[in-house]
Amino acid sequence: MKKNDTNKSRRTFLKTATASSIAATAPASMFYIKDAFAAEDFRNNPKDSKTVTLGFNVPQSGAYADEGADELRAFKLAVKHLNGEGDGGMMNTMKPSMLKGNGILGKKVAYVTGDTQTKSDAARASAKRMIEKDGALMISGGSSSGVAIAVQGLCQEMGTIFMAGLTHSNDTTGKDKRRYGFRHFFNTEMSGASLGPVLEKEYGNERTAYHLTADYTWGWSQQGSIKKYTEELGWKTKAAVKTPVGAGDFSQFITPVLNSGADVLVLNHYGKDMVNSLTQAVQFGLRDKQVNGKDFQIVVPLFSRLMAQGAGDNIKGILGSTNWNWSLKDAGSQAFVKSFGKEYGNPPSQAAHTCYVQTLLYANACEMAGTFYPPEVIKTLEGYKFDGMGNGATEYRAEDHQCFKDVLVVRGNEKPSSQFDLLEVVQEVPRAQVEYDASLLGGELGPYKV
Amino acid sequence: MKNLFKSNMSIMLVFSAIVLTAPIWLTPLGANYPDLLQKFAIFGLFAVGYNILFGLTGYLSFGHAAFLGVGSYTAVWSLKLLSMNVFLGIILGTIMSGIFALAIGYLSLRRSGIYFSILTLAFAQMAYSLAYSVLTPITNGETGLQIAANDPRYLDSLVGISQQGQGIPSTNFFGVLLKSWDGYFGFYFAAVILILGFYLSLRVFRSPFGLKLRAIKSNQTRMTYTGFNTRPYLLSAFVISGMYAGLAGSLMVAIDPLAGAERMQWTASGEVVLMTILGGVGTLIGPMLGAVVIKYFENIFSALNNSELHQVFNFLPSFLEETMVFIVSPFVGSGWHLTLGALFMLVVIFLPGGMMEGVTKINSFLKRKFGKTDAEESDVSIQQEVQAKAQQGGE
Repeated sequence: MKKNDTNKSRRTFLKTATASSIAATAPASMFYIKDAFAAEDFRNNPKDSKTVTLGFNVPQSGAYADEGADELRAFKLAVKHLNGEGDGGMMNTMKPSMLKGNGILGKKVAYVTGDTQTKSDAARASAKRMIEKDGALMISGGSSSGVAIAVQGLCQEMGTIFMAGLTHSNDTTGKDKRRYGFRHFFNTEMSGASLGPVLEKEYGNERTAYHLTADYTWGWSQQGSIKKYTEELGWKTKAAVKTPVGAGDFSQFITPVLNSGADVLVLNHYGKDMVNSLTQAVQFGLRDKQVNGKDFQIVVPLFSRLMAQGAGDNIKGILGSTNWNWSLKDAGSQAFVKSFGKEYGNPPSQAAHTCYVQTLLYANACEMAGTFYPPEVIKTLEGYKFDGMGNGATEYRAEDHQCFKDVLVVRGNEKPSSQFDLLEVVQEVPRAQVEYDASLLGGELGPYKV
Repeated sequence: MKNLFKSNMSIMLVFSAIVLTAPIWLTPLGANYPDLLQKFAIFGLFAVGYNILFGLTGYLSFGHAAFLGVGSYTAVWSLKLLSMNVFLGIILGTIMSGIFALAIGYLSLRRSGIYFSILTLAFAQMAYSLAYSVLTPITNGETGLQIAANDPRYLDSLVGISQQGQGIPSTNFFGVLLKSWDGYFGFYFAAVILILGFYLSLRVFRSPFGLKLRAIKSNQTRMTYTGFNTRPYLLSAFVISGMYAGLAGSLMVAIDPLAGAERMQWTASGEVVLMTILGGVGTLIGPMLGAVVIKYFENIFSALNNSELHQVFNFLPSFLEETMVFIVSPFVGSGWHLTLGALFMLVVIFLPGGMMEGVTKINSFLKRKFGKTDAEESDVSIQQEVQAKAQQGGE
């Protein structure tokens, strides 16, 4: 990594500024009144600073570490593109776009990173560090819905915008939605709605499902959605067993599936958990079995190429849904894959894609609002329609801050042409099919000004 | 050491001064921001309380995180059901963890030594599993328990405080928001409680009760032979330190209203043991020092990356700079555990009494060097002690 002189001056500035302000506030803070600032001032206002700092909070350890590492790559690439370095990636295909490649609002983009450890406490601590110490103006990232919801709540409290990374639970933009939180990624409701018809076509209407579910908000949410849509088809649900996150060994959960009478195993797992549970399920011979006169099937509702890579041959022929895949042929995806590949030598994952897009969307919203003042940026993002970012025409719905766009149903590739060509797109499910009413998931966004 | 801090008063004054000025002397170390300061105070309190059990009686509990967690969950429920005033939450959290400590202590203290440690560990893991999956309706499992805008808060609505439609309310202490003064109020709030807690621990250390606990540590069998029933004393020490943990847990919630099961995991219990040993078992200030060092590593060292290292070493010629960064980089960032482990090993091998032993050694070295007698220089050495402590805290 090369030296960054502007960053250095920012640090020195910050140091002197905090030192002197602390010296002043220690006794003077007694007289500090919350709303004494001018109306337009806000936390971490960059004012005359030449740089603006973004905070990237990703899991660098634990079950979701692979996704976290790829997210961080995408963030770094996005910062590069925003600062006018590299080939610009999706900045060239995004429309409408006001990004000029000179940072955000003329300020060079700097960034700080943190490790969420896929734990709510640790994630909040590192987000707080980035906001309070490093002066981050926006927090992004996260590869677990539990973490995303915890950090989103914190960001609402702190008045800092949170551009969620990979989080798939309905609750992120449902029950636990926040005014300061935005999600580009799809959710389990959309997974269910898109997978349902494909499952019916492939496996028929008379199936009995057995769920293994990661025991936290995302697992519960996905289990609920898949159950809802498969039972609409006439499927039965034999059992739904919750498994701890990061369990490593799933054999004790898989053994009972063999004789349960179920003929479909739904794995509501993600990351290394899914790699482990799927590998073990295949090793136990589930896929070679015949139950109720039908071939036993495994479904992984949330798929990613990184997981496919980890699971190897076991993934072949298995159905799932995904937010984005690098094999898409539209101009935006192509531009992103090209510049990511040039930088890192491999294609980006869906986690990388959503994080990259979120960063550009935030930057663009600041440009459009003409200010970093969060309430204005939020109003710009709400109801914002854009295209050219890999998922076709997309809209940030104002009511719940959820992006609505096409969803991909994919299948593990039987004959991969390269080590990255692991997922074959079965269907691009149009946005209309996965759209739902915002009141379905409840929740309350809260105030613009905090 | 013994003759340095004769009066409780002088110790408390020095201690309070150090704690309350933490935002100033931690600034050059890059640790002056509310969240970390609050952590220093809260985990300091946790360690100070833990030391009452481990430091005085020598009973090594591996399950204190369970009490921390119980305090946290109770406090969140108090915020949800009763009032956003953290006063109630803190009181209830402390009491509830006291009750838990009484039950667990009553059972575990039937054994001593390693069996006691294993029993507490088992209970804490049970509490963790309960919180993680069995009691999901109460604890919200892995996701963690948070407050919501539409929680009932019966006491608040009784008094007529309604925050409907304004999003999620913030915690307050009789009207003052914990997040005011840019978050520094939360720190001072925790700091004052830490000072009170420290004072209590000081009184315990210097009371006949504390003496009995120490006697248990030095020879429990002999105590029993002299006709002393040691169990009630042990149990009181266990409950007191459990309540300290609960207090720390509810303080965490007061400042940041969220409780997660991972707070109760055995790693969290192990952390407080590390803090105490690193700082100095059985010393008054040591555990607090250990807490500061470990939290500093966890939050600051873990966030260093290569570009910041380059800045640190950029006074060197470029090839030396590269070498230094290459050598140091595995020890910062995600490798911070490595540094902490190395430090822990060094302390345990060379300073078995913890960092406080180092302080004492420096002190006596200085004495020998300047050839002063104890009587002449008690004032001077208090200052040296304080400075040494401040430096230690930062390393």
